[in-house]
Amino acid sequence: MDLQNQQRVKDAGEKYGTDCVVILGSSDAEGAEIYAETVTAGDPTYAGPLAGVSLELPVYHVFDPIIRAECDPAAWEEQISMMEMVLDPEALAAAVKGMRDQYSKNVIE
Amino acid sequence: MSKVGIKSYSYCLNHAPETGSHYGGTPWEAIHSGKEQEYLDALPKHLQSYDHALHYAPNQTYIGGISYEEFEAIPAPWVDKPLPDEKAKRYGKFGELMPEDEFLGLISACDEFELVWLEKSFAESVSKKLAEDPVITEAIVKRVVRPKNMQEFADIEKEVAERGALPLYHDNKVVGCIRMGHPTDHCLTAHVLMENLAGKASGVLALLHLLKNSGLNPLDLDFVIECSEEGAGDVGQRAGGNFAKAIAEVAGCTNASGCDVRGFCAGPVNAMINAAAQVASGARKNIAVVAGGSIPKLYMNSRDHVKKNLLALEDCVGSFAVLIVPDDGTMPVMRLDVLGKHTVGAGGAPQAVTSALTFEPLQAAGLTFSDVDRFAPELQNHEITEPAGAGNVPLANIKMIAALAVMKKAIEKADMMNFIKQHGTIGYAHTQGHIPAGVPFIGPACELIKEGKIKRAMIIGKGSLFLARLTNLADGASFLIEAPSPIEQTASVSKDDIKAMILEALSEIAGKLA
Repeated sequence: MDLQNQQRVKDAGEKYGTDCVVILGSSDAEGAEIYAETVTAGDPTYAGPLAGVSLELPVYHVFDPIIRAECDPAAWEEQISMMEMVLDPEALAAAVKGMRDQYSKNVIE
Repeated sequence: MSKVGIKSYSYCLNHAPETGSHYGGTPWEAIHSGKEQEYLDALPKHLQSYDHALHYAPNQTYIGGISYEEFEAIPAPWVDKPLPDEKAKRYGKFGELMPEDEFLGLISACDEFELVWLEKSFAESVSKKLAEDPVITEAIVKRVVRPKNMQEFADIEKEVAERGALPLYHDNKVVGCIRMGHPTDHCLTAHVLMENLAGKASGVLALLHLLKNSGLNPLDLDFVIECSEEGAGDVGQRAGGNFAKAIAEVAGCTNASGCDVRGFCAGPVNAMINAAAQVASGARKNIAVVAGGSIPKLYMNSRDHVKKNLLALEDCVGSFAVLIVPDDGTMPVMRLDVLGKHTVGAGGAPQAVTSALTFEPLQAAGLTFSDVDRFAPELQNHEITEPAGAGNVPLANIKMIAALAVMKKAIEKADMMNFIKQHGTIGYAHTQGHIPAGVPFIGPACELIKEGKIKRAMIIGKGSLFLARLTNLADGASFLIEAPSPIEQTASVSKDDIKAMILEALSEIAGKLA
């Protein structure tokens, strides 16, 4: 996750605490996992503002069924359905879930 | 239908591992942060030799040393499959892969302001080597050994130590320097000028190869549009320009003028459309679309390559040039009535972008996805991008096009993989931003069209405008290249025909009066 985005997440996390939900749109599972780790346990590369900072935020991939259910079906069809065909939605959601289960303090119920 | 001919094209690489490992954006940042010594110590062990770069299949595909079809037949990874010597030459059908010492000489030849100093014996040695290059003119060779550009080593050392010049390296030794253009102007630091002069020099090389490939006399070139991502200017206007005229000047195109077109990675496709429109309208007789390459992009992903113990392959400054002329029915054409346009309102979702650049223009022209034999979207070499977590960019793009084709009911979902295989392209371009943006395939597409192997290709470029923090928008543009079709002759009417018509009309009137 680039340094500016880490800073934005850090600012939001500090302001709203673990009520702040992070939704990722990463296209590969490895990247999604690293981003999820960054906003929960801290930046594993120790390069950005979240190095050593555990925000423990609830984090989801946009393809997670919980997030999908929140979306307007027409907007989903128009904006995201094509990528659903191209990517592996289940693997992406699972990669983020792995980090969420380990490090997030809060989850969407 | 408005269309123009694509008369010729050139593609060149300048091997620049030592320049890149000091001044590429990632190493430069690491040097100045002072936090990444381990990476900086390791990087030199991951550099690729010139000989290895020559034998690397993606490089030879770019310069036309092997055909695109030959490249497609070699499965990745390519790094451990060096090409045989007979296919690993410096010069290919489209251009060349120039060694770094000669590139430094060419940069010096492109300097007008005593910004580049080369050590005297080094300058003399590279000028002799450059003289052997079939496209380098005598005038350029002489410029390398101008007294003002040659200095003693001690003076170079002093300029670096005391006056903000940056050293230039060859074989791990300092062989010259690039000096500051102004003591306080941050747009004219030695680092900025190095980027700009390298962009200019690589653009000159591409233009010289274009002139050779097309047979066009330099004096007959009408206009140049340059479309790299560099910004040349001063503190008053930090990207004022103009690379195009600067490049044309060194290439001896004294009757040409030129201007720059910018749009991050979408710059080249926008420049092609701009050039084609000017030629089709008759505003220009011909236009060379030219782009030099980028030093900051060298070793951009090398942190990951070093970490994963891989060769750092981002060691070439890329360049290209395309000559647009009026359509005469004999050469591949670029259509101006089928242009993909990513509008401001389209949004940044991949689905919207893909639709704007492929489906919408094709639909407007009464064509469908399968009418395009090859889609060429963003041709980054995935052997470079995958280890850095950026995935296989051309494959991701053709997958999106295929998925959109399914959604638009142009193909069956079960045929997606076949469509991807048959209509996609494999990336072979260096991660030089604008260089991989669809345009590397203009040459191979025209070759395949001339050989009768394909009829139509779509070139797609996308740009990340948000990087400049000016807008959050992305950009994109696309166009079609097609096989030529005979020019429709407009029947001409002679004076005698007109006389006969008037006489006929008069006799009709006379008959009615009678």
